[in-house]
Amino acid sequence: MPQVTLTVNGKQHTVEVENRTLLVEVLREKLALTGTHVGCDTSQCGACVVHVDGISAKSCTMLAVQANGTSVTTIEGLAAADGTLHPMQEMFREHHALQCGFCTPGMVMSAIDLVNAHPAGLTEQEIREGLEGNLCRCTGYHNIVKAIAAAHPLMHAKA
Amino acid sequence: MGFEGIGASVRRKEDSRFLNGRGNYTDDINRPGQLHAYVKRSDRPHAKLNGIDILAASKAPGVVAIFTGADMAKEEIGGLPCGWQIHNKDGSPMAEPPHPVMAVGKVRHVGDPVAVVIAETKQQAKDAAELLEIDYTDLPAAANMTAALAAGAPTVHDDVAGNICYDWQIGDKDVVDGVFAKAHKVVRLDLTNNRLIPNAMEPRAAVGDYDVNSGEYTLYTTSQNPHVIRLLMSAFVLHLPENKVRVVAPDVGGGFGSKIYHYAEEAIVTWASAKVRRPVKWTAERTESFMSDAHGRDHISTAEMAIDAQGTFLGLRVSTQANMGAYLSTFAPCVPTYLYATLLAGTYKTPVIYCEVKAVFTNTVPVDAYRGAGRPEATFLIERLVDAVAYDTGIDRVEIRRRNFIPADAFPYQTPVALQYDSGDYQTTLRVALQNADWDGFEKRRADAKSRGKLRGIGISTYLEACGIAPSAVVGSLGARAGLYEVANIRVHPTGSVTVFTGTHSHGQGHETTLAQLVVEQLGVPMDQIEVVHGDTAKIPFGMGTYGSRSLAVGGSAMYRAMDKIIAKGKKIAAHLMEAAVEDIEFANNTFKVAGTDKTKSLTEISLAAYVPHNYPIEELEPGLEETAFYDPKNFTFPGGCHIAEVEIDPETGVVHVANFTAVDDVGRVVNPMIVEGQIQGGVAQGIGQALLEAAIYDDNGQLLSGSMMDYTMPRADNLPNFNVATENTMCTHNPLGSKGCGEVGAIGSPPAVINAICDALKDYKVRHMNMPATSGKIWTIINAGINAG
Repeated sequence: MPQVTLTVNGKQHTVEVENRTLLVEVLREKLALTGTHVGCDTSQCGACVVHVDGISAKSCTMLAVQANGTSVTTIEGLAAADGTLHPMQEMFREHHALQCGFCTPGMVMSAIDLVNAHPAGLTEQEIREGLEGNLCRCTGYHNIVKAIAAAHPLMHAKA
Repeated sequence: MGFEGIGASVRRKEDSRFLNGRGNYTDDINRPGQLHAYVKRSDRPHAKLNGIDILAASKAPGVVAIFTGADMAKEEIGGLPCGWQIHNKDGSPMAEPPHPVMAVGKVRHVGDPVAVVIAETKQQAKDAAELLEIDYTDLPAAANMTAALAAGAPTVHDDVAGNICYDWQIGDKDVVDGVFAKAHKVVRLDLTNNRLIPNAMEPRAAVGDYDVNSGEYTLYTTSQNPHVIRLLMSAFVLHLPENKVRVVAPDVGGGFGSKIYHYAEEAIVTWASAKVRRPVKWTAERTESFMSDAHGRDHISTAEMAIDAQGTFLGLRVSTQANMGAYLSTFAPCVPTYLYATLLAGTYKTPVIYCEVKAVFTNTVPVDAYRGAGRPEATFLIERLVDAVAYDTGIDRVEIRRRNFIPADAFPYQTPVALQYDSGDYQTTLRVALQNADWDGFEKRRADAKSRGKLRGIGISTYLEACGIAPSAVVGSLGARAGLYEVANIRVHPTGSVTVFTGTHSHGQGHETTLAQLVVEQLGVPMDQIEVVHGDTAKIPFGMGTYGSRSLAVGGSAMYRAMDKIIAKGKKIAAHLMEAAVEDIEFANNTFKVAGTDKTKSLTEISLAAYVPHNYPIEELEPGLEETAFYDPKNFTFPGGCHIAEVEIDPETGVVHVANFTAVDDVGRVVNPMIVEGQIQGGVAQGIGQALLEAAIYDDNGQLLSGSMMDYTMPRADNLPNFNVATENTMCTHNPLGSKGCGEVGAIGSPPAVINAICDALKDYKVRHMNMPATSGKIWTIINAGINAG
């Protein structure tokens, strides 16, 4: 079986995988990082989004072997060691951008990448289009869009 | 710490774990020694199941066991039960064919479970399932209601002639026919309510864990109502004593009705775990969700309104066919009857109503309650019909509603279809919605759109629904085989902190916050000293769970009753400690006080005295400060309101853009406005999804064509607008809280508002009606061919 070495949330892991093993399976089943979710089997819902080398990726659509040598950040790796939330997490909480919480990890990871990629600012329409790859069935997106707009200045002020 | 009681938008207690990836959903649970199950499902809509050869599969790597329907039948495992019984027009009971956990003799829909493979890993189980040799003889399928009701149609169940589950009615047909015969005019509309697939973001999952030592079974499952699952599974399916069965519904990633029902996989993993003496886990792939989660809606109706010359509604006559799918799911028969036909008065004083409903078996996935359950179907029918009356008579759409509303001073109001509304003010919700939507400024916006080459329309829906389910005696008389009360246990700890054990279940609604706010309000305990426990039959008293917008109206009322008992007992203890008469003790803000004095004792002092009863009226009072209350509501609750959709259509593409959406709802007492707004926004999104995008499509052979998220159009962020949501509340008069419920109003009120807006936008094309979903293709065809897609 192939061996894969990857850094997840700053910690290096070497795991044995099958050729067909998906990155999300490594995260959830081998590393017990169950914050990353699987909501579909056609790469539509985005519940599985993580950052691979800083860029958002659907971990259900990436083979573990493809992730060899990369640095992966999951929802568990966002908050500071003292528990301080990332501004995106904080704004999701503040603006009630989550209900059942299942899409939330992928939604937050996608939103962070979206804001990172648009330092000059994002219109509401750009935020909505930027969320094309993430489904939420609870919120109607209204508060998610609000949270992302609110997180933008916080994230870029920090940077 | 700011204000945290009723009316405060307290940020949610549950968010911290969800935002940090520390939620505990069923698929996150792994038990020591756990095996994995893969459910092999029928790929045939309808076929004789001649046999299953498991030999090759059983030799595959990692396989521990394979079970089929025949194995379960040998042990006399029962079928999945139905919780409601409906009667036919002639008084005979509905047809109730068995629903085997795994197919025996025949498969009846694509997705029907045929066998389960249990292996060391999920992949091994799935690989081995490929090696099962299943011998089918295909049968012609009844893929939809029209096909199922046709002469000579294939029968889904051999002993159910004509595929009719029941043929039910409400109202006096002769009286209504008499009104129609004399009416000034009759307005008729034929309409369908599109079949939907709920698609909670978390796919269903179940872990069965049999303890060899104690003989206890634990089932972790994605359920909205763990006690209901325990009862149904123990008593009807596996025949186990309930004391040996624990059901845990941990964090659940959305339900919308689809996780109410007792599903085959719950029974399979629980039963199989004892067989293989190891825990067994099953998690649905999304494709399985599409073909095994109960679907929603799927009605075909004819509606007629009799009116006088002023447009006054004189009578309503409705005939509906409702698809049950291949088997009766837990709630299915009540949805198109008692949650639908009883709502047909809507917000109007229509004096006589008759409705007949034919429930039909087809070779499709079972259909059951999905967010709104019956009320969206009733609302779509009424609010489309009212617009058709306006269209046919030329009376203004707003005016005709105003003329026919039940007036605010007419409550309690007895409708002709069994329900008695306790409160409401439809003129006010309409007036405020018209203001909030700038109804009067619309023609300017229409003209502006026209100058940009776009077709703009506005539509209104003034809806009513019944929720807070439900008064047990009433639903019992209607055929429910369960009481629909709710329970709460309030435990005040010796140091004054509080744990609430509720029979309701939160799968996104934020009960851990809202229910705690009730304790803040009543007992004056701060938020951070209150814990809400739900979802584990080993911890909570026997409750009925969460659906039908019931958790606050019914579960919250149970909490109020339990807290009343806490306060009453606390007063007795306080009277003893402060040497006063019980009648002189007042309780407010966490403090017991002797009236007219400055003598006080805090709740903490009282609870400490209750658990360390050295100085205590021990002769008259038991120690401890913990109370339970079961609350059975006196009536349903009746939220209502007005939704206004404004759409803009691009005639080049037929694409509908929802430009504005305004909702003014009456949900009774609001505990947490932030959460209520979130519930309404989410409901409206599902309603817009139904109106514009979503449809479960079967081909004529019974194959599910919309069987994945690539084929079934889920609303995405760029399909939806920001929502302008407000409430104008009248209080529920029969529960202690005054709350009515807010979970479903969004999905109930919004679909006809959207379709009414589209018909308005297309008025130059003489579009009187359009069925859902109003896809761009349908609209493009109308605009470009002048064809009414009807």
